Amino acid sequence: MKELRLMKGNEAIAEAAIRAGVDGYFGYPITPQSEVLEYLMMERPELRTGMVVLQAESEVAAINMVYGGAGAGKMVMTSSSSPGISLKQEGITYIAGAELPCLILNVVRGGPGLGTIQPAQSDYFQSVKGGGHGDYKLIVLAPASVQEMYDFVETSFDLAFKYRNPVLILSDGAIGQMMEKVEIGDQKVRLTDEQVKERCPWATTGKTTKRERNIITSLDLDPNKQEKFNHKLQAKYKEIEKNEVRFEEIQTKDAEYLFVAYGTSARICQKSVQLARAKGIKVGLLRPITLFPFPAERLLELSKQVKGILSVEMSAGQMIEDIKLSVHCNIPVEHFGRMGGIIPSPGEVVKALEQKFL
Amino acid sequence: MAENSINTDIVKEENLVYKKTSLLTDKALSYCPGCGHGTAHRLVMEVVEELNAQEETIGVAPVGCSVLAYEFMDIDMQQAAHGRAPALATAIKRLYPEKYVFTYQGDGDLAAIGTAETIHACNRGENITIIFVNNGIYGMTGGQMAPTTLPGMKSSTSPYGRDVKSMGNPLKITELVAQLPGTYYVTRQAVHTPAAVRKAKKAIKKAFENQKLNKGLSFIEIVSNCNSGWKMTPNQANQWMVDNMFPYYQLGDIKVPEE
Repeated sequence: MKELRLMKGNEAIAEAAIRAGVDGYFGYPITPQSEVLEYLMMERPELRTGMVVLQAESEVAAINMVYGGAGAGKMVMTSSSSPGISLKQEGITYIAGAELPCLILNVVRGGPGLGTIQPAQSDYFQSVKGGGHGDYKLIVLAPASVQEMYDFVETSFDLAFKYRNPVLILSDGAIGQMMEKVEIGDQKVRLTDEQVKERCPWATTGKTTKRERNIITSLDLDPNKQEKFNHKLQAKYKEIEKNEVRFEEIQTKDAEYLFVAYGTSARICQKSVQLARAKGIKVGLLRPITLFPFPAERLLELSKQVKGILSVEMSAGQMIEDIKLSVHCNIPVEHFGRMGGIIPSPGEVVKALEQKFL
Repeated sequence: MAENSINTDIVKEENLVYKKTSLLTDKALSYCPGCGHGTAHRLVMEVVEELNAQEETIGVAPVGCSVLAYEFMDIDMQQAAHGRAPALATAIKRLYPEKYVFTYQGDGDLAAIGTAETIHACNRGENITIIFVNNGIYGMTGGQMAPTTLPGMKSSTSPYGRDVKSMGNPLKITELVAQLPGTYYVTRQAVHTPAAVRKAKKAIKKAFENQKLNKGLSFIEIVSNCNSGWKMTPNQANQWMVDNMFPYYQLGDIKVPEE
């Protein structure tokens, strides 16, 4: 029988990291994600698996530690919440530019600025459109349960190493803080240095006489080469869009209206679907699991079936732009959301649907 | 690694007393003639060669004139964001405790934008080597004022000379990190004369050996020149360095471990 535990989302991520055989975690405290670092420090993963856990002097230092570890071919990660993730953007763009695998967790809180410590989804643009300078994309996964917080750690590293690309788990304060039942996986053995060399022949593992030296850099002063490299990145993102779209559908078969929501909002919308259907409104839910790549094709198909889409986000309306682009604006797409750390109720969502479309 | 092509009509094999280390690539240095970076690069690579540690060494390059250090050093290297080299080196060393890990940084990188990373890597006593080349100016971006620019010294952003009242004082970061319990060996060297070069190399070697002994952080400042940024000939720049930089940044060991 599988091991079951009652855990916070933040704790689940930390336990999953140890179990997945992660080599290094570098973090800095910020509410509402500090439990990730606290849990790791309490668990003594250096004794369990040899995993390195370090509290850095800043989010900037932490992401640059991740940059160093990733460049050396190791499985490394960091976590933070919105203001801290803004600080990390410098390191993230270097990591994307050097094509390195790593995991970044954002347990989103309301903004802008110091904002609030309550949950929000207002970092969508920053997450899926790049975030730092330059043309780059992160692979973005949006968990909607504590179990997914756990499961997505391994998924993230699989994707990160497959594409040599940073992966962001876009969570929020609700999922980070709430406790749910989690099925715990088996302990994986960390890769040996020899296995790292095999998996990452490009990494700075020490130059041998058998190969040229490995250089991790995002710099190329020759504009022609830099453009060529950018084309290579864009081709990679196209490949990711082709292969890695993930989403979940709830009661969309006969749906006349559609909620599109991820993470906490998707959990709320599940209840909203029930409430609306009890009233005789045929509504379904599409929950993007990957925000980049976005389930654009499926939305376009559904736009030929439903009369309208309500994008439900804990923001002023950010994902709605991607929905509109996906459906080529061929049906009405409306936004409903709360901001500043307020979580909408399922009833509010149904009311919004009625007001906008019925 | 291709050998340097030597014109054997001029250079006779039997007269060779000195050879470029095999750990420097044949790529032409991007540094101005007279700049100290080339010598500092050579010393670091000579030390790695003498320790027979090419396979065991990972370097971290900064942003600044030495941003392309990885073009010249024939070892695995990573190029950090501006000021963040000690953070990268921290992770690399923690994940590969058996390797030699060093950063190579300039004054703007290490003592301005990277102050936090520098101080905290030193304070944690990361078992790495920091090579800090201080020429009192931002060379790569065209000669702007650095944290180590001397009082009254002219630069493109202190065109009337550094006014410490409005622009702050030059930062003796090497003395500062020497105060931290995490630093094991802190020294200030130069590479402007053969004697200074020999001493600097000895210090760098000691710093690398300290890593093998798990002693903590070794911090080597090399006071250097920037003749193009200072708008001087190489000779004038070296003399100016001796007359002005050395009195402020005094050469010698600042923290030596008690044996």
